[in-house]
Amino acid sequence: MTTIDDQAAPIAIPIRPDETKVERHERFRLLVRSPTFLIGCVLAGIWVVCAIFGNLIAPHDPVAPDILSKFEPPSGQHLFGTDKLGQDVLSRVILGARAVLVVAPLATILGTVLGTTIGLVTGYYRGFVDEAIMRVVDAILAIPLIITALLAITAVGPSQKTVILVIGFVFTPIIAKTVRAAVLGEAQLEYVQAARLRNERGYYVMFAEILPNVTGPIIVEFTVRLGYAIFTVATLAFLGFAADPSIPDWGQDISAHYQSINAGYWWPVLFPSLAIATLIVGINLIADSIAHLFER
Amino acid sequence: MTDAAIELQDLQVAYTVRGVDRRVLRGVSFSIGQGESYGLVGESGCGKTTAAFAIMRYLPRNAKTLHGSIRLNGEDMLGMSGGSVRRLHATTLSMVYQNPASALNPSIRVGPQLTEVFGLLGVNGEHALHQSEAMLHKVQISDPKRVMRRYPHQLSGGMQQRVVIAMALAKNPTLLILDEPTTGLDATVEAEVLDLIAALREEFGTTVLFISHNLAVIAKMCERVGVLYAGRLVEEGAAQEVFHDPRHPYTVGLLRCIPRGGVRKDETALDTIPGFLPRLGADLPGCVFEPRCGLAKEVCREQEPDLFPLGHGRASRCHFHDRAHELPRVAPARLPAAQPVTGNPLLEVGNGSKTFKQEGQDVRALVDVSLVVRPGEVLGLVGESGSGKTTLARVLLGLSAPDEGSRLEMDGEPLAGKVEKRSKEQVRSLQIVFQNPDGALNRRHSVRRIVGRALEKLLGLSGRERDARAVELAESVRFDQALMGAKPAQLSGGLKQRVAIARAFAGEPRIVLCDEPTSALDVSVQAAILNLLVELQTQKGVSYIFISHDLGVVRYISDRIAVMYLGRLQEVGDAETVFGGPHHPYTEALLSAVPNLEGEERTRIRLEGEIPSATNPPSGCVFHTRCPRFLGEICVQEEPPLAEVEPGHLMRCHIPVEELRRLQADASAAAQAKTTT
Repeated sequence: MTTIDDQAAPIAIPIRPDETKVERHERFRLLVRSPTFLIGCVLAGIWVVCAIFGNLIAPHDPVAPDILSKFEPPSGQHLFGTDKLGQDVLSRVILGARAVLVVAPLATILGTVLGTTIGLVTGYYRGFVDEAIMRVVDAILAIPLIITALLAITAVGPSQKTVILVIGFVFTPIIAKTVRAAVLGEAQLEYVQAARLRNERGYYVMFAEILPNVTGPIIVEFTVRLGYAIFTVATLAFLGFAADPSIPDWGQDISAHYQSINAGYWWPVLFPSLAIATLIVGINLIADSIAHLFER
Repeated sequence: MTDAAIELQDLQVAYTVRGVDRRVLRGVSFSIGQGESYGLVGESGCGKTTAAFAIMRYLPRNAKTLHGSIRLNGEDMLGMSGGSVRRLHATTLSMVYQNPASALNPSIRVGPQLTEVFGLLGVNGEHALHQSEAMLHKVQISDPKRVMRRYPHQLSGGMQQRVVIAMALAKNPTLLILDEPTTGLDATVEAEVLDLIAALREEFGTTVLFISHNLAVIAKMCERVGVLYAGRLVEEGAAQEVFHDPRHPYTVGLLRCIPRGGVRKDETALDTIPGFLPRLGADLPGCVFEPRCGLAKEVCREQEPDLFPLGHGRASRCHFHDRAHELPRVAPARLPAAQPVTGNPLLEVGNGSKTFKQEGQDVRALVDVSLVVRPGEVLGLVGESGSGKTTLARVLLGLSAPDEGSRLEMDGEPLAGKVEKRSKEQVRSLQIVFQNPDGALNRRHSVRRIVGRALEKLLGLSGRERDARAVELAESVRFDQALMGAKPAQLSGGLKQRVAIARAFAGEPRIVLCDEPTSALDVSVQAAILNLLVELQTQKGVSYIFISHDLGVVRYISDRIAVMYLGRLQEVGDAETVFGGPHHPYTEALLSAVPNLEGEERTRIRLEGEIPSATNPPSGCVFHTRCPRFLGEICVQEEPPLAEVEPGHLMRCHIPVEELRRLQADASAAAQAKTTT
């Protein structure tokens, strides 16, 4: 139609095609400049390096008992001292990162994937299924997390796999709740109706339309949960359910030595405790700064 | 000017966004005399609200005042301590915000919130209570005692805004700032609130700064007006003069964008303003409007014009202010408009009803609506919020299933209540353009994907064919194909709406529902979108069901109009018949509520009270509780039928049409006499 082609195009100026990139860039710069984030990264980063290159860094063999030099206080030879079996505490702390940093992230990923799926389904379909699943979720949440985990592990028997599965499952309802809340808000938006108006199937609407829009809360929830997962792994180990009792484990080491504190042997307890604390604080600082970033 | 109530001198404010300072106000100066009413207009993002917050000293944390001064009654406000500012807020400065619901504390009853204001002034106990009641009386709340016992959420929007105004006026402020006080309200309620503000201003002699994007509202309410663009005051002067003889190309452009004086699509095309508002904090060495101005010359790019005084308090920031009205049109003067085809109905609703369950009660959102849509016609759907317009749209689309007994037909074939049960052909025939393009487009998908996916699902296209078609579609909605990879967040509101329109047209629909497609947009963008919709209709021969609360827009685009009230059709007929009269009393009231730029006095019919609740609709004629032409017992007892009063003109009223014609002619003659004297 000539009348239409003749008309001056209303788009005279191409608009900010780089806006998203600029915004992402600015967000990223803000993140890396935030002291919270940097400190968190340094703290968590130290333990990640220990977990990966522990064998190279550790000054001694962490599982070499030396009956002659047990409970040696920190010294030049053993910076963090030795434990009741005469093993080097520093080396055990360095290599202990591995046990936690394998199990906790895997468990959190499992929980996030399952929780996200459940959250999407319940939040999008609502109705009876939503009611039923959410009541079950509430019931699970009513029992303290660690007790649920303990019962489950006792039932199945401890192993690295079960610890991952159990923590993953225990986290699922919590993450499902967060995701569901975000999905409820999204499902109100008209783009979801627009999808229905072209006969899209449910799974497409949930995973291709809604999911990309709720990644913010999911990422935040993931980092927060990661901190809790580390804590849970350590607690389980402390209670005697270490994922693999044969390798160094912070929780297990604390458990093995805390009764010796009264005898003045504080170092085999303090250093693994500090390790847990710094790792969790580091992860939480990262979680905080990411959450803060999504808030603006 | 020492007698100015408020004076801004070269005010510059910047926001720190993601670590970078971005200038929002680029030097704004104006002053308002004692007792004067000053309007600040401009499209969103021009800095109107920032200016108001700067005066209130309420700027958000990330804002910085870079330069300039604000003087309230000659006193420097920027240098004031926090305590003095608080004292000012308690005694001399008041502000009314756009959203009354968030201006009131939801957990405190209205009474205590209001008496607190008096408490700050040193009036306590019984006295405060009495004064609060008196204040509520002044804002025309007939039963102040009852209202004071209520929580804010138990009041309607109009009522809440009255309470907020009462609180703002309680301290008898020297300066009252009204920031879009009626934007969220229905036209009928808006008219009441505006009348109220005008009456109160007369009574209290308050100085008013009135902020609005609605030129007609400003024209009605203000003596002087300042036009703000990109943080710069571009034109200033007496409101009537500025709107009748604008001297800045931006003002000229804005005024040309508005459908007014009853223009129709087949008479004139609306003009638009090309381009976009500069980015927040963009570097603009020359005139701020230069990139979008049809009159721009070399000098405009290099040198920012001064605010040239034009005499009589008028001024324009344009190098060519004497030629502003010569601004070339962007859109052609006329667009070929489709002629509605008479033929078999394309879409038919028979006895369409929809009942929602709410806390065990039935809410009848749609009651016995029977309508047809013919091929190639535009059916305008008007009514206040809560009248069932959107419910009707959702029922037609199959997004919410109608009650049993409702009949939906397309081409004479029954149409299932749920979109999932409709045939592919039916689904693609009926599409929608939503009100808010931000919600209607998936923020994480590119334009290419949004349009492409619709083509895949509705037309079964894929691969190269689909991509080619997507580009074609983008072209047909005048969307630059270089932006196909962009995400919605990168696009302006108007461009987003173009994408939404492209998606609606992807499946070659036969009916497109337009649910307030322009009400989230600025006027200049609205004009471009309306032109586009008219063009597409001509090209593709589709029908529209056009929902809008803006009667000027509906009149511009519609061939036929259906007026709804409380889920029931009140009047249906050709656009010119419905707007020309005789009207249903409700239509009459709606029409008289709209402020116009011409400043002509229409018959002033004010609807009393709010739209009744659909859980418990009035007996008889549902409109009888608010009807300005209430007859008597018959209206209370008996619901009038939707009868054909003239060929093609249906009305639900007990008053005979000839009687209505006579009554309404008398009323408009009386109004005319009033304007001329």
